[in-house]
Amino acid sequence: MSATTVARPIAFGPSPGRTTLVLGGGTALVVIAAGAALVSGTSGISIGDAVAILLHQLTGIGPVTWPSSTETIVWELRLPRIVAGMVVGAGLACAGTVFQALLRNPMADPYIIGPAAGASLGAVTALLLVPVASVGWLGIGLVQFFAFAGGLVTVLVVFLIARGRGGTPAVTLLLAGYAVSSLLSAGVALLIFNSGERLAAVISWLLGSLAGASWPRVAFAAPLIVISFSLLLLRWRRLNALLLGEAQAAHLGVDVEREKRILTGLAALSTSAGVAISGTIGFVGLVVPHLVRLAIGPDHRLLLPASMLYGAGLLVLADLGARLAGGIPVGVVTALIGAPFFLWLLRRNVVGVRVGR
Amino acid sequence: MSESVVRLRAVEAGYGGAAGMRRVLDRVDLDLHGGEMLALLGANGSGKTTLLGVMAGTIRPTAGSVELYGRPMQGWPRAEIARSVAVLPQSLELPAGFRVSEVVAMGRTPHAGRWFGWKADDQRAVADALRDADAEELADRPVSELSGGERQRVLVALALAQEPKLLLMDEPTTHLDVAHATWLLSRVSRLHQLRGVTVVVVLHDLVLASMWAPRVVVLDTGRIIADGPPDEALQPDVVRHAYGVAVESVVTEGGRRVLVPHLPR
Repeated sequence: MSATTVARPIAFGPSPGRTTLVLGGGTALVVIAAGAALVSGTSGISIGDAVAILLHQLTGIGPVTWPSSTETIVWELRLPRIVAGMVVGAGLACAGTVFQALLRNPMADPYIIGPAAGASLGAVTALLLVPVASVGWLGIGLVQFFAFAGGLVTVLVVFLIARGRGGTPAVTLLLAGYAVSSLLSAGVALLIFNSGERLAAVISWLLGSLAGASWPRVAFAAPLIVISFSLLLLRWRRLNALLLGEAQAAHLGVDVEREKRILTGLAALSTSAGVAISGTIGFVGLVVPHLVRLAIGPDHRLLLPASMLYGAGLLVLADLGARLAGGIPVGVVTALIGAPFFLWLLRRNVVGVRVGR
Repeated sequence: MSESVVRLRAVEAGYGGAAGMRRVLDRVDLDLHGGEMLALLGANGSGKTTLLGVMAGTIRPTAGSVELYGRPMQGWPRAEIARSVAVLPQSLELPAGFRVSEVVAMGRTPHAGRWFGWKADDQRAVADALRDADAEELADRPVSELSGGERQRVLVALALAQEPKLLLMDEPTTHLDVAHATWLLSRVSRLHQLRGVTVVVVLHDLVLASMWAPRVVVLDTGRIIADGPPDEALQPDVVRHAYGVAVESVVTEGGRRVLVPHLPR
């Protein structure tokens, strides 16, 4: 009944060589960025010392030939900050890729349906209400916990608002996210206005910074982000099908409403965990997916892992820049360097920036 | 009689909330059996696309029962429907940046595994689909550079990559010139022979429908008003009722009876 002949093997998707090149390049970027960030800074540390300290900490081997202050700088200050940059960058880039496909909107970023505004309100509330924001819980402070919960709850609320009888239309999700974000931002503005002498701490959180990174905070956010992006990676076929539109994705066997819930939930989890430990770092989640898409095309099988790697590497580099520039917020660096670079790419590939329809 | 593919009983469907529902299908009964080729006709808004949606399981009827291969449609998981039923939509914008073979491979979504690779089955199905849709030479072309006729071949290949037993096509010839339209329908007939696929095609062209389809169903405001071979189903009064136009019956040199509309003067 079916016409089966031995057909020539047909290639589709990126070739193995190209895949290796893209993912190898991304891995190299992450490693180089991490290495550079480990040895650069106000106290110069040699690569040999840095590697020896890492080895010593991880395996316990090797004689200790360095002062304990060096070990503290490498192991307690720089490395957690680097690892935080990696997971936050990877999580934001991955979430941005997912929202751009799910909402079929090139303006979509991880914050589009509200986690940033919710996290900001949570964090600022904690900063202002709790005199000493050091109440520990799961190894993180109250600010981090409020930010995380604020982000997740906001996305849940937006989703429930947008949900109608016949499903959750992408446009309604976008508009509901925008409206709820505006409302929460007004709350944040009100708190800022009344923040008094804590203004500096509030502003610094809102601008996004990895300066407060520590092992306990990384231990809180990293597993959440890694789990969510691992599960997102496995949904690449469904994300590709969604690029054909929701109706055709359904014809291809995707349970579209269920998929929206899963994708939104995982992306929100990754974003909220990232925001909790770094504040709202802008631009990475919007631009990295576009950069990678321009370079390698829209197939999520390669786009998702590549976005994660380049997101991780670029955020570590941006944070190094922020550190070397005297400790300015990393969110300023991502926008200052990312925006012109993105505009340049946009001009070169005016027709290239499209997400599906 | 061969196996039942689709069985609709007293199906009603509509849009809108409980307050202002617009009924689009009105107590539709329809039986479709394995290996049939059916042309679905009717004026714009008569419910053709909704009927296809009901058969594809994407539109849930408000009343009546739908069975797919003898099992109630509600019991079918989405992916399992997609392994049996493929839909060629009225219009589909192909996402820029993909090559033709990559888009056709999306037809494997309901079959493919959970991980990152493609199985040999997927490769073979995509190659077969491209060949059977006459789209082999398009395989490496970017989808943004296709002409209208080429696009339609790619959409046929996308549907075939699903290896469907039932193929639903919504106005596949509407945007095609006469050469591409006749190519498409003869290709569908050939697929029907080659793969034994059951086919429902929504058509607007009465002449094409009576030349091509062994069975014609005419919808009028959500009801089936004629069902049978074209010679029986496409009576002038049926067409006048369904479309509100006068037609005359003409016999072709090949001995086929076709209906030609009168232009109002």
